[in-house]
Amino acid sequence: MKVSYYPGCSLHATGREYDESVKAVSKALDIELNEIDDWSCCGASSAHMTNFKLSVALPARNIIAAEKDELDVMVPCAACFNRFKSAQYHLGNDEALRAEVEGIIGEEYKGTVAVRNPIDIIYNDIGVDKLSEVVTKKLEGLKPVSYYGCLLLRPPEVCEFDDYENPTIMDALMTSLGAESRKWSCKTDCCGGSLTLGKTEIVKRLIDRLMTMAREAGANCIVTACPVCFANLDTRASENVVLPAFYFTELIALALGLDGSDAWFKMHNVDPRPLLSSLGLI
Amino acid sequence: MSTFLEDVNERIGGVPIQGCYHCRKCTAGCPIAFAMDYNPNAIIKMIQMGMRDRVLNSSTIWLCASCETCVTRCPNNVDIARMMDVLREMAIEENVDAKEKNVLKFHEAFLSNIKLGGRINEPLMIALYKMKSGDYFSDLGMGMSMFMKGKIKLLSPRTKDMKSIRNIFKSTGK
Repeated sequence: MKVSYYPGCSLHATGREYDESVKAVSKALDIELNEIDDWSCCGASSAHMTNFKLSVALPARNIIAAEKDELDVMVPCAACFNRFKSAQYHLGNDEALRAEVEGIIGEEYKGTVAVRNPIDIIYNDIGVDKLSEVVTKKLEGLKPVSYYGCLLLRPPEVCEFDDYENPTIMDALMTSLGAESRKWSCKTDCCGGSLTLGKTEIVKRLIDRLMTMAREAGANCIVTACPVCFANLDTRASENVVLPAFYFTELIALALGLDGSDAWFKMHNVDPRPLLSSLGLI
Repeated sequence: MSTFLEDVNERIGGVPIQGCYHCRKCTAGCPIAFAMDYNPNAIIKMIQMGMRDRVLNSSTIWLCASCETCVTRCPNNVDIARMMDVLREMAIEENVDAKEKNVLKFHEAFLSNIKLGGRINEPLMIALYKMKSGDYFSDLGMGMSMFMKGKIKLLSPRTKDMKSIRNIFKSTGK
């Protein structure tokens, strides 16, 4: 299959291993990525927290650019995904806003392309059966908790992703790789997101709680699809509770035996390689 | 002249916030309530009571992380997360001295960075935030470590059509 690809700013910086692992996994699963021409930032939390119209117009510019190719748009970053879906929701439900935003961008918004996270694309279009068929190294001994966070799920009528209180599709992907996905009650809790710079102590408290609950659930790592969550998990946990974090695509790549994973793991602040080598996975 | 409640409801443009019957489900599920000076449902009541200054001067409106748990669980579909966005917008327009200054300074640094290059350049954005906030030293070690690992680069590709970006900011600016 072929999709439009919106990496977003984080994936070209602190989320570099997410970008590279999404590309490697997509190639292995025959998903052709067509990067949106001259894309720009989605505005993230800072736009919608301070200026509603800006928060619709910034993603709209990228969605309109993607509409020329009439392909589904893959948005790996949960924060960008949420802003894209939110813009589509408002543009689809508010004609006056839509006309104004079209005026600002200078082009028509058609609303014809679906914005999708790679978890959804791999789960629904590739499927767990196909995924487990191409696994060359089962992730035996790896016990991740799937951490979905806020922005893939809420509000549900905007995100249209999975069950918003108990999502399971990332868990299903982990199981198909041979990992032992652990059940826990913090799948959809908040990591504090963009408060990480302005109010670091709040984020530390939330992250320590997540790590503690993951340990209580018998996990030895946390898996996510959000570069904001990942950065907080990877840098804000106290030493006595910390567990390594992964992007879900890094684990798919590892299980598929794809090149590059060692270079990605080296970029983590919390080095996951001791865990992986103790399990004989690297 | 319209009341504070009417102003807020008009901007939210959805379910009027007086639909709230104070079940406190929003507050119970709010991950940040422990750090806020007023709980989310208290803010609703204060708006109904016309307490404009205390609401716009609260820490709550800046600490809300927009996780949207409140609106997702509200039995009356009150969009509390959007309400917090609206209150922040009002505080900015009215030049209220933000109770949580660094949160606002982060948003300003983030948006200035988009205006400059169309995409976020993380080192530049963080440097600007540090200049604005005066918080020069926290996370320096982390930043250096990320730089050494090639995660952050001083130069990153920008959006070419910057005219369109500047136009978006100009047309949506208040």
